[in-house]
Amino acid sequence: MLRVSGLFVVVALGCLLIADVHITTLDPWSELQRMALGFATPDFSAVGDIGWVLVRTVAFAFCGVALGAVGGFVLSQFFHVGPVRWVCAFIRAIHELFWALIFLQMFGLTPLTGVLAIAIPYAGICAKVYAETLEEADLRASKVLAPGADMVSAFLYARLPTVWVHIKNYTSYRFECGLRSSAVLGFVGLPTLGFYLETAFSEGHYSEAAALMIMFYILIASLRYWMRVRLIGLYALIAPFLLGGGVEIQMTNIVRFFTVDIVPSPLRGHDVFAAGVLPDFAGWLWMMLSDMALPGIVATLILTQIALVGTGMLALMMFPLISDKFLGRFGRSIGHGVLVVIRSTPEFILAYIFLQLWGPSMLPAIVALSLHNGAIIGHLIGRFSNQLVLRPDHATGINLYAFEILPRIYGQFLAYLFYRWEVIMRETAILGILGIATLGFFIDSALSEIRLDRAMFLIVVTAILNIGIDILSRRIRGRLHLSDTAQQLKK
Amino acid sequence: MKKITIFISALAIFIGIASMAPKAAVAETFVFTAIPDQDESKLIERFGKVAAYLAKELGVETKYIPVKSYAAAVTAFRNNQVQLAWFGGLSGVRARSLVEGSKAIAQGAEDPAFETYIIAHSSTGLNASDSFPMGIKGKTFTFGSKGSTSGRLMPEYYIRNELGGSPDNVFSKVGFSGNHSKTIALVQSGAYQVGAVNFQVWIDELKDGKIDESKVSVIWKTPPYPDYQWSIRGDVDKTFGAGFTERVTKALLSMSDPDLLASFPRSSFIPASNADYQPILDVAKQIKLID
Repeated sequence: MLRVSGLFVVVALGCLLIADVHITTLDPWSELQRMALGFATPDFSAVGDIGWVLVRTVAFAFCGVALGAVGGFVLSQFFHVGPVRWVCAFIRAIHELFWALIFLQMFGLTPLTGVLAIAIPYAGICAKVYAETLEEADLRASKVLAPGADMVSAFLYARLPTVWVHIKNYTSYRFECGLRSSAVLGFVGLPTLGFYLETAFSEGHYSEAAALMIMFYILIASLRYWMRVRLIGLYALIAPFLLGGGVEIQMTNIVRFFTVDIVPSPLRGHDVFAAGVLPDFAGWLWMMLSDMALPGIVATLILTQIALVGTGMLALMMFPLISDKFLGRFGRSIGHGVLVVIRSTPEFILAYIFLQLWGPSMLPAIVALSLHNGAIIGHLIGRFSNQLVLRPDHATGINLYAFEILPRIYGQFLAYLFYRWEVIMRETAILGILGIATLGFFIDSALSEIRLDRAMFLIVVTAILNIGIDILSRRIRGRLHLSDTAQQLKK
Repeated sequence: MKKITIFISALAIFIGIASMAPKAAVAETFVFTAIPDQDESKLIERFGKVAAYLAKELGVETKYIPVKSYAAAVTAFRNNQVQLAWFGGLSGVRARSLVEGSKAIAQGAEDPAFETYIIAHSSTGLNASDSFPMGIKGKTFTFGSKGSTSGRLMPEYYIRNELGGSPDNVFSKVGFSGNHSKTIALVQSGAYQVGAVNFQVWIDELKDGKIDESKVSVIWKTPPYPDYQWSIRGDVDKTFGAGFTERVTKALLSMSDPDLLASFPRSSFIPASNADYQPILDVAKQIKLID
């Protein structure tokens, strides 16, 4: 484990040498002062129907995650089939925002766009985790079944009960992610929190932005009090009706998307074998690869590898904040609050703050991604550390951390980090404000130019890259014997 | 018990999803949108008034829907989810090239002569000049939104022409701030050394006291170019009755409420045609933003 960790650190350091991490700003303080002042004086009256905004954010998250979890569960039953696994890796490789932008082309601004933008990637993620959970479940119950028990009964009575707790815990964790996704979907026009947050933030109305963020933090922090299994039925009944209205869906737009929009432009309306068409297409492919895909892949990988190690380091620093091995009840509740704030603040806001501080380079992106993901993993391993049982005469302070807790959580920590690897890569997509030409930057450009053929090509490239990382992380986890998902998901 | 809960949940979700499926339109509503180039709350207020005005003048139900990006405005127009839009120069030519028969029908009196200001942080030592500021070469540079005429297209055109290379090649770093206000904030703090901004937003923010001129100043103004316009789909006459396009045009051109005009801000609306935006289309093709 140490060797692998060391290798990743060395790779990240190598990337850091190539990466541009210059600090250039001169006087960031006037803008930062305005932000700080805004956050010190939140204005809850600025967003008239802030309650409704929150309700809609929860409703989108609920519908999206519920549909994604059900879909993921179905897919997980066929996860041993190669193509199903690839499809899952493909659909989860694409950021929710890009799914939303794709569906905007087909459906327009309707609730369906938002729900599917969450449900589809989440189905891919849930399928993977459910399948791995089931794979590693305790099989003793299945083995003692009466011979001839049918498959459905065997599954419901022998397999599912052994993993039910893990699946439940994981799904509720996904719901928190879903809330963040739902909020972020507002950035592209759905009526969730992000819609108002983006406006307030980009117009410099920081008091209003602060009010929205505070409400969001409270929503996330209080999740465990209102997201209860027995209430799910009730929520499912009402959530679909709280999504708000939208425009009419037109079939012609959907057909056009598939038959025209995503066809590479040199091939549109041409016979593939007509003279000149294939060379044109080859030229298009070469342009896509050399001008966008390859530079995009390089920037994406460099940023991902550095941010991955940054995430790991920050997670190891932050988890004691919520661990009962290090802090008392009072300290932990403050720590809990700190982690909620860090992990719930959208990365683009973090990136903007650091951009003001350090100027445009990879540095703001690295720090924003590391903080956000570090707080998520810190939260997960912090909770894991709470289950550890210590000897009565255990060491304290730094010795406890370094010689007792760290070794016992390290495998767990690496497993989470490898899971997060592909997520970090996906998130490098949305940092265009920093001028870092990741794959996501080029996808965003193509979408803003309504060049859906280019966007689709790059999305496929991103997905392939993601599948590659997925395979690699599976291999590494396998080699390190970290693939004990059931253990990992125990909370 | 749990299984029943799950079953009910699943059922409810599917019913909910099904209820989102397209419903038969009752009466046709005339829907329009606008590119989100400014303070959204102002946009909603402004276009809410426009909707009321158009409803009165046209005698059909009229609705404004806000969108989050230039591309979303173009897409809604293309998908016939809006029939009329207040576009910028670039988003307008893009939208009209995607919708056959669509037309530019009106523009603000100020729009034929729009400008972009190149602004720079004081530490660069760059001063205002009449000729293109060659000194911006090698600096860090931020555009506004990727789809903006004043924040992207026209500045990029002059940069390519004068400095002889793509922005990536002539600047040490190129960013997209997302909107004009953020461009100003980023150059003012020195995060980016140079930026390109819509001249009206600059003037507005200067008036509001948001700009510290000892830190950021205008170093160059582009020659004038045509920008904002109202564009309408070609098939509205079929949906809303013969002569509808003309009635909309007339309603827009005869808008005289000073409050309404001030909210744009424009002194009046004047006729526009697709041909007025040929220069924008040419430039967009030249820098390969449109095929």
